[in-house]
Amino acid sequence: MTLRLPTLKTHQREAFDGYLFLLPWIIGFFAFYAGPMLYSLYISFTYTTGVSVPRWIGIDNYRRMFFEDPVFWKSLGNTFFFVGFSVPLTMIFAIFVAMLLNQKIRGMAFFRTIYYLPSVVPAIAASVLWLQIFNTRYGLLNIALEGIGLPRIAWLGDVNAVKPAYVIMSLWNFGAAMVIYLAGLQGIPQELYEAAEIDGAGGLSRIRHITLPLLTPVIFFNLIVGMIGALQYFLPAFIMTNGGPRNASRFFVLHVFFYAFGTLDFSYGATLSWMLLILTAFLTYILFRVVGPRVHYYL
Amino acid sequence: MTDIVSETRTRPRVISRSEAVMRRLPAPLARAVLDPGQTFLRIVGFMILLTGAVIVSIPFFWMLGMSLKPDRQVYAWPPVWIPNPIQWKNYPTALSYAPFDRYALNTAIISFANIVGVALSSSMVAFSFARLRFPGRGLIFGIVLTTMMLPSLVTLIPLFVIFARLKWINTWLPLIVPHYFGSPFFIFLLRQFFLSLPPDYHDQAKIDGASSWGVYWRIYLPLSMPALATVVIFQFMFSWSDFVGPFLFIHDDNLKTLSLGLQVFLQQYTADWQLLMAASTMMIMPMLLLFFFAQKYFIQGITTTGLAGR
Repeated sequence: MTLRLPTLKTHQREAFDGYLFLLPWIIGFFAFYAGPMLYSLYISFTYTTGVSVPRWIGIDNYRRMFFEDPVFWKSLGNTFFFVGFSVPLTMIFAIFVAMLLNQKIRGMAFFRTIYYLPSVVPAIAASVLWLQIFNTRYGLLNIALEGIGLPRIAWLGDVNAVKPAYVIMSLWNFGAAMVIYLAGLQGIPQELYEAAEIDGAGGLSRIRHITLPLLTPVIFFNLIVGMIGALQYFLPAFIMTNGGPRNASRFFVLHVFFYAFGTLDFSYGATLSWMLLILTAFLTYILFRVVGPRVHYYL
Repeated sequence: MTDIVSETRTRPRVISRSEAVMRRLPAPLARAVLDPGQTFLRIVGFMILLTGAVIVSIPFFWMLGMSLKPDRQVYAWPPVWIPNPIQWKNYPTALSYAPFDRYALNTAIISFANIVGVALSSSMVAFSFARLRFPGRGLIFGIVLTTMMLPSLVTLIPLFVIFARLKWINTWLPLIVPHYFGSPFFIFLLRQFFLSLPPDYHDQAKIDGASSWGVYWRIYLPLSMPALATVVIFQFMFSWSDFVGPFLFIHDDNLKTLSLGLQVFLQQYTADWQLLMAASTMMIMPMLLLFFFAQKYFIQGITTTGLAGR
């Protein structure tokens, strides 16, 4: 890929290379993403069951979403609750575990693999297990609560407890974020720690002034991707409570599923999905604006 | 700390009684005596690590227990945690329900093809976003992120139509080919890693007349081994356990994957939980093995080599 084009200036050649390296994504985008995305945008202005011919109805679906579908607002609130607690807690937890797993201890490969275990347990097996853990009478969680003298909680049956229950369950899925932090920790030059030690910086001070700042590129990644993923939280809630009790665990994509595949109002499902895309893009933009400048890059 | 211990060893002089004791102690204990604070922290750290390991592995051991239960204990209420007697034959029984060897081979081929494709294409695109300047870079990167924001539920049907027109249904192509055009998740991930590498190498290589490809291939990829190990671990996990893709696009029994094979325990014979768990336990082993071997690339200091004279 050496480009010996004498007419191109250095920055022009760099731009040319830039687009060239981008080419795989551009081709893939137009072949597999753009069409389905635009199609779903189009049918959000129609009525269709997914297989019937779409009938144009303008902004009816959007009006219905804002003014005639109270569960839309409910599911939005549920999702924000989940994102607001699950994302930051998972982040703190994963960073903490990654730091513990980054020490030089014999058998560390073994420990790391054990901490990765929850990530590979299939969703269906995990859901069956958590149904038992959250069980009001025999569940491990309530046995533990009783052990320290607290009352039992109907984790999946109480409108106030079901969302915290899913937050607790999501914390257990810290493995993916942990792996990324672990990889990110390797990029921090060892000399910095040695220099800090000579300067007499303690462990906590080293974490605050070296580890965390230099980890910000991956922290930022996990923040954005974690938020996008949490906004689309679906499978466990679908298997375990299917939105209940009284819609308290109807998260946004569950609402999408209910219309797209439950009532076969596919176009309304697309409308809701585009609402989610716009919302996610807006939040991501804000984070790039507010948090982005604090991320430590070598530019 | 070890320096202090070895120093006392080499110095030929009259030693106190406590030093004599110290010499005979094994190194970790000697360290403990010399710096009790540091050792206390290490022990606390280890205890936290151990406690955490027990807690996070409960689900796995529960699954293992379930896979070894006799039929009647599966539905016992309150739940039985430790099977009695342990029924090993669930494993051979589970394997006999479907041609799992064929499925495993299929899944392995697809996973391997996906890992190669996604690592190559995503790292190229990520390099472009991180280290090459061109008009519209921010906007295009924004579009890359946006493709992650639409729930896949609504794009599945149009996507199916595209693959049907290409006559790719009932082949592995829909499961493999899209991975050769970069995944937004890995593009973003690798961009972050590339941006955290000091650009010194880059500048030096440019002065030496290296092409963009040379900088990418000979500097950025080799320096990103932990990040690439992450891509391999994740893509293997995604491909190995993907259910929706094979479910939509594969009908031919010879082409099916493991996750489709697991369905046999859920539909045909109602729900045989103990067999499903036995098959699931076997299915997650390759993912754990791969992680075990790939995590050795998570070793500090890789990026500092070759930084001499900075």
